[in-house]
Amino acid sequence: MAKNIDNRPIIELRNVSKRFGALQVLDGVDLSLRRGETTVVIGESGTGKSVLLKHIVGLLRPDSGEIWFDGQRIDTMNEQALVPIRRRMGFLFQMGALFDSMTVGENVGFPLEEHSQFKPDKIQAIVEEKLKMVGLSGLQARKPGQISGGQKKRVALARAIALDPEVVFYDEPTTGLDPVRADVINELILKLKQELHVTGIVVTHDMVSAFKVGDRILMLNKGTIIADAVPAWYKTCDDPRVRRFVDGRANEEDLKALVAAK
Amino acid sequence: MLRRTIDILGDFFIFTWQTIYWMSRGVWRRRNWRLLIPQLYEVGYKSLPVIMITGAFVGMVIAVQSIEQFRALGMEERMGSIVNLSVVRELGPVLAGIMLAGRIGGALTAELGTMNVTEQIDALRSMGVNPIRYLVAPRVLACFILTPALTLFADFTGALGGWFVSVVLEGIAPGPYWDYTKQAVSTFDLYSGIIKSFFFGAALGLVSCYSGFFCKPGAEGVGRACTTAFVTSFIVILALDFILAQILQDIQIALFGFQSML
Repeated sequence: MAKNIDNRPIIELRNVSKRFGALQVLDGVDLSLRRGETTVVIGESGTGKSVLLKHIVGLLRPDSGEIWFDGQRIDTMNEQALVPIRRRMGFLFQMGALFDSMTVGENVGFPLEEHSQFKPDKIQAIVEEKLKMVGLSGLQARKPGQISGGQKKRVALARAIALDPEVVFYDEPTTGLDPVRADVINELILKLKQELHVTGIVVTHDMVSAFKVGDRILMLNKGTIIADAVPAWYKTCDDPRVRRFVDGRANEEDLKALVAAK
Repeated sequence: MLRRTIDILGDFFIFTWQTIYWMSRGVWRRRNWRLLIPQLYEVGYKSLPVIMITGAFVGMVIAVQSIEQFRALGMEERMGSIVNLSVVRELGPVLAGIMLAGRIGGALTAELGTMNVTEQIDALRSMGVNPIRYLVAPRVLACFILTPALTLFADFTGALGGWFVSVVLEGIAPGPYWDYTKQAVSTFDLYSGIIKSFFFGAALGLVSCYSGFFCKPGAEGVGRACTTAFVTSFIVILALDFILAQILQDIQIALFGFQSML
C-alpha cells in the first residue's frame, strides 16, 4: 500500500498552455513526474523550457490547463497559499540569482532565516553543512561578486537545498561552465538524488549533462513535448528533429540562410 | 495606447495596495525592523547633506531675487515674510521631494530593476518570500516617514539661507526681519508643507519601486526604468503639489480666514 502512494506522480501538468503576446510558448503540455527521479527537459533555446519550470513553481501562471503538486492544484493558488508548497521546492536559477547585497553565508541561510525557527548558530551549522556538500565551505564571508561563475552556481545550489526540499528545479545548471566545472554540477545533481532522494527537474541543452543525470529525458519543441523516453532511446532514435538536437547539427534552412547572407 | 495606460494604472494601484497592506502588517513585527533600518539609514541619514544644501540655496535664491523689488517699495524689512513663507510652504517641500526623487528614487529603481533582471525577485518568490513585503514595503515606508523629516531640515537651512542673504549680506535689521516672518508664517503653513511632503515621499517611493519591480530585461531596461521613474515622480510631485496647495489653502481659509501677506 505504501508503495502505491509513493508511485503517485509528485508533479502533474494537464494541458498547460501559455502565450506571451503573439508567441505561443507552451501549447497543451501534459506531463507527470515521478518521485525520486531526475527528469531532463531538453530543447532549443526559446522553446519554453524555462517557462515550463517557472509554471511549476508558480512564478508564471498558465493561460489554460492545470498544474498539480502532490495532490494539490497550485496554478489557482495565491502567493500566500503557495508558500508551504514552495518550501518543499528548491530552484536553481540560470544565473544563480544570488542576492548580491548579502554574503554567501547569508544567501544560503536566507531560506532558513525566513522559514525556520532555528537559532542563529543552528542556521550557521546548516549553512556550513550545505556549503560543504557543494564543496565550498569556508566561503561564507565572501560576497557573490567576489566568487567565480561556477562557485556562484554551487552556492545557489546550496541555497536551493537549504530547507531540504523534496523537489529541486535546475534551470540550465551547466550553461556557461567549463566541462570540468559542469561535471561537478552533474555529480552534485546525482548525489542529491541518491543521498537525499530529491526529485529533480533539469532544463538544459547540454546533452552530456542530460545523459549523465537523466532517468528520463523529455524534448520540448515549439511548446509541445515531442519525445519522452529513457536516455538510451535518444542515442538510437531517428526522428530528425531529435537527432539534430542530440548530435548538435544546424538544420538545412539555417545553413542556407547563412550561405545566402554571404 | 489608452488600454496600455489603463493597464499600467491598474497594476500600479494593485502594487500600491499590496505595499500598504504589507507596510501596515509588517511594521509591528520586530523581525521586520532589520529590513527597515538599513533603508532609513540610506534614505534619511545619507540624504541629509544634499537636502540641507538644497534648502540653503533655495532660501538664498529667493532672497536674492526678491530683495530689489522690496527695496524699490521701501519695504525690505518685510523680506522675511515672503522668503520664509515660500520656503516653508512651497519650495522647501517640493525641492526636497524632487531632490529625493533623484537621489533615492534613482537608487531604488536601479536596485530593484537589477534584482528583477537578474531573477533575484523570482528567487525570493520561489523561496516563498513575498518580494513586496521583503523589498518594497520597507523602502516605501522609509521614504514616507523620512521625506517629511528631511523637508524640516530643508526648511531650516532654507530659512538660514534667506537670513544669510537678507540680514548678513544685505544688511536688513534682524529684529524686524524675524518679526515680519513670525507674522506671516503660521504654524499651519509649516504643517501644510509637511503634510505635502508625506504625499511626495509616498509617491516617489511607490513610483520608483514600481518602475524597478516591473522593468524590462537587460541593462537597457533598467536604464529606461530609472528615467521613467524620475520623470514620473517629478510630474506626480508637481501635480500633487498643485492639488494639495489648493486643498490646504481652502482648509486654512476656512479655519483662520484670509490673511494678507503684506
